[in-house]
Amino acid sequence: MLQYTVKRLFGLLPTLFLVGVLVFLFVHLLPGDPARLAAGPDATPETVALVRHDLGLDQSLPRQFVRFVTGVLHWDFGRSLSTKRPVSVEIGSRFMPTFWLTVWSMAWSVTLGMTIGIVSAVWRNRWPDRLGMTIAVSGISFPAFALGMVLMQVFAVDLGWLPTIGDDTWLHYILPSLTLGAAVAAIMARFTRSSFVEILGDDFIRTARAKGLDERQVIWRHAMRNALIPVVTMMGLQFGFLLGGSIVVEKVFNWPGLGRLLVDAVDMRDYPVIQALVLLFSLEFIVINLVVDVLYGFINPTIRYR
Amino acid sequence: MNDRATLVADVEVIRTPWNEFWRKFKRQKIGVVAGIFVVVLVAIAIAAPWIAPYDAENYFDYDQLNAAPSMAHWFGVDALGRDILSRILMGARISLAAGFVSVAAGAVVGTLLGLVAGYYEGWADRIIMRIADVLFAFPGILLAIGIVAILGGGEANVIVAVAIFSIPTFARLARGTTLGLKRLTFVEAVRSIGATNWTIISRHIFPGTVPAVIVYFSLRIGTSIITAASLSFLGMGAQPPTPEWGAMLDAARADMLTAPHEAIFPALAIFATVLAFNLLGDGLRDALDPRLDRR
Repeated sequence: MLQYTVKRLFGLLPTLFLVGVLVFLFVHLLPGDPARLAAGPDATPETVALVRHDLGLDQSLPRQFVRFVTGVLHWDFGRSLSTKRPVSVEIGSRFMPTFWLTVWSMAWSVTLGMTIGIVSAVWRNRWPDRLGMTIAVSGISFPAFALGMVLMQVFAVDLGWLPTIGDDTWLHYILPSLTLGAAVAAIMARFTRSSFVEILGDDFIRTARAKGLDERQVIWRHAMRNALIPVVTMMGLQFGFLLGGSIVVEKVFNWPGLGRLLVDAVDMRDYPVIQALVLLFSLEFIVINLVVDVLYGFINPTIRYR
Repeated sequence: MNDRATLVADVEVIRTPWNEFWRKFKRQKIGVVAGIFVVVLVAIAIAAPWIAPYDAENYFDYDQLNAAPSMAHWFGVDALGRDILSRILMGARISLAAGFVSVAAGAVVGTLLGLVAGYYEGWADRIIMRIADVLFAFPGILLAIGIVAILGGGEANVIVAVAIFSIPTFARLARGTTLGLKRLTFVEAVRSIGATNWTIISRHIFPGTVPAVIVYFSLRIGTSIITAASLSFLGMGAQPPTPEWGAMLDAARADMLTAPHEAIFPALAIFATVLAFNLLGDGLRDALDPRLDRR
C-alpha cells in the first residue's frame, strides 16, 4: 500500500511541473508588459525599468521560472497590484470560508446523492427511481447562480428564515452550500445509480440471491463495495467541480472567499493574485485526486499491483 | 428471383447504421421529445431577429421600466425598458452558438488527438495524455477564467475557453474506445490486406468512436451553455447590451425584490435549454451504448 502511494506521488511530479510552467507562463501570455501593469498607468519609463528589475522580469525565462518556483515553495507569490499587500496574506484570510463552504457542500451532496442513486437502482423503473432521476436531471440542468438567486429570494428575503450574505454564523452556510452542492448531488445520484444497476446485473449478485440471501444483505454486503469503486473516483472529480462552482456561488452570496477574490482580481487585472489562485486551485485539485487514487487502492486491492 | 432480390434489399435497408440507431432511439420517448425541443430551439434561434416583437438592444420603453409581464410585453420589461421576451429570443442564438461551436471545436480536436494517442500509443500517447492530465488539473471554469484573463472578456473568447476545456474529455473518450477497437480481429484483417494506418483510423476505428462521441457531445453542450452563462454572470463573457442569458441574470440581481420576472425568465430559458440537451444525451446514450443493452 505504501509502495503504491509513493508510486502515485511520483507519478504526479510531471503534472505538477507542467502546471507550474503553465501558471508561470500565464504572466507572459498576458497582453501588454507585466512590468508596466505592476508599475501602474502613470509610471515613468525609469519607474517601469526599476519595477522590471525588482520583479526579475529582465532576467532570462528559465531564471525567472526558478525564481518563481523558489518563491512558491516559500509561500511567496509577490504583492497584489491593487492592495499592495502580499498575495499570501490576501489568500490566507480568504481560504477558510471557501474551504468550509466546499466541505459542507461535499458532505451533504454526496450523502444525499448516493442515497438517491442507491434507492433509484434498487427500485429501478418504479416511482422512486423516476422521481429521483427527474430531480437529478433537473439538478444538473439548473445553473448554480440562478439557483442561488432563487434560494436567497425565497428563504432569506420572502420568508426571512436565513441570512442573505456574509459568513458570520453557521446559518450563513446553509444557502450557499445548498446552492453549491445541488449539481454535485445530482451528478452523484445519476452516477451511483448507473454503477449500482451495472453491479446488480452481475453473476455474483445472482449467486448471492440464489443461495438464499436476504435482499438487504445482497445490496449492503455484496453490491455496495463493488459499486462504490467508480463512485469514489467520481467524488474526487466533483471536488474540482465544487472549487470551480464556488467562484460563481461566492459572487451570488457575496462570500468572503477565494472565488470572489479571483473574480475581483480578473476585474482589476491583478495578475499576481490570479496566478497564485490558479496555482492554488489546481494544486488542491491534484492533491484531492491523489487522495482519491489512494482510497481507490484501499477499496480495490487489485489496482495496487498494476 | 425478383422476390428474393427485394427481400435482400429490405434486409439491407434495415441494417444501415442510421436505421439501426433510429429503431433504438425512437423507443427513448423522453429523448425524442427533448430532441424535438432542441430542433424547435434551433429554429427559434435562427428566426429570432424576425420573430422577436421588439428590438432586443435598441428598443427602450421608458414609461414601463421594470414592468411586470403584460399583453404588450409577455415576459415583462427590464430596468432599462427593454422587452425581455425579445432579449431571451435573441439570447437563444448566443447560448446555442456558444454551446455548439465550443463543443464542436473541442470534439473535433479532442477526438483526433484521442485517435492518434490510442492508435499509435508510445510517445505520442504519452505526450497527448500528459497534456490532457494537465488540462484536467484545472477545474473547468477556472481554466476558462484563466484563458479569459489572457485573451480578455467577450463572447468569442468564452467560446475559445470552453472549447479548450472540452478537448481533454473527448481525447480520453476517443483514446479509450480506440485502444479497445484496434485489438479486434477486423482491424487486424484490414491491416493484413495492406490498408494504411490512416485508412484504418479513418475508415475502421473512427466510426467505432462515433456513438460515444455523440452521446458526450449532447451532454457536453448542456455543461458548456451553463459555463458560458456563468462567465457572463461573472462579468467576463458577453458584455452589455448583448442579450446573453447569464448577463441578463446578473443585471436582474439589483431588482430582484421589485421585479423578479427579470431573473425568472432568463433562468427558465437556461434551464429548459440545458435540460433538453441533457435529456437528449441520456436518450442517445441509452440507444447507442451497447453496454446497457443487457439490462
